Amino acid sequence: MEQIERKFALTVPSSTENLALIREFVGSIAQQSGMDAADAGKLELAVDEACANVIEHAYGHDISKEVIIRAKLDGETLSIDVEDTGHGFDPNAVKQEKLDELVNKRRTGGLGMRLMKTLMDEVRYEIEPGKKNELHMVKKLKKK
Amino acid sequence: MPNPFSVATETDGEIAVIRLEGAVDAHTAPKFEEAVQTVIDQGQNKIVVDCERMTYISSAGLGVFMCFIEEVRDENGDIKICGLSEKVKQPFEILGFESLYDFCPDVESARRRFDDATAVPGGAA
Repeated sequence: MEQIERKFALTVPSSTENLALIREFVGSIAQQSGMDAADAGKLELAVDEACANVIEHAYGHDISKEVIIRAKLDGETLSIDVEDTGHGFDPNAVKQEKLDELVNKRRTGGLGMRLMKTLMDEVRYEIEPGKKNELHMVKKLKKK
Repeated sequence: MPNPFSVATETDGEIAVIRLEGAVDAHTAPKFEEAVQTVIDQGQNKIVVDCERMTYISSAGLGVFMCFIEEVRDENGDIKICGLSEKVKQPFEILGFESLYDFCPDVESARRRFDDATAVPGGAA
């Protein structure tokens, strides 16, 4: 039977205060997808990391800006796009350093991206600095 | 919001226990960081972070553990992490915290670990 594609979107002001709301939104879609609790937790964490990066780095905590989260659910995947119009960055320039190296340098950068890449099946950036930055993430749904 | 965040600190002799409740994300992690900084400023370097009632943690919260660990170990202290549920363990595992941090099942065992001079980070939890 052909699966009907379902689309969802949430737009929130760029404030870390809204991360809990974003996790609820994503958790609710995960539930609709039939994902188990463990996978839903992974999805919530990956999207939280993506949005926290936007709020802190792309927008520098400017609450007048908006973070847009779009989700698309079909029979096989749950795709999430996180969109902003803030400062872009070069994702390839984010070093994936080992934990002990980061601790030695008293740095914590890049952890969020490492979590996203581990938790999701696909992570891809499209950066147009000052215009639009999009992070595409995909989680494959387990066959029932 | 469900799982409201709170952080509480209690000190017993040389050991400070910081209890986290709810979600530790980029919004709430600064309060956790402030709590750790406060106990260090008071001269306490033996810290137990009780995560039994913590329902969620993102990299912002994990970063707090990373920021202070060298500082307290330089003073012969440590930050011991205890009470992690299966649900919140995953980000610690993905980032390899087991290799650098001492995980304990509960606060009492973390206290005992401080008394054990042979404690090895990453030892049996």
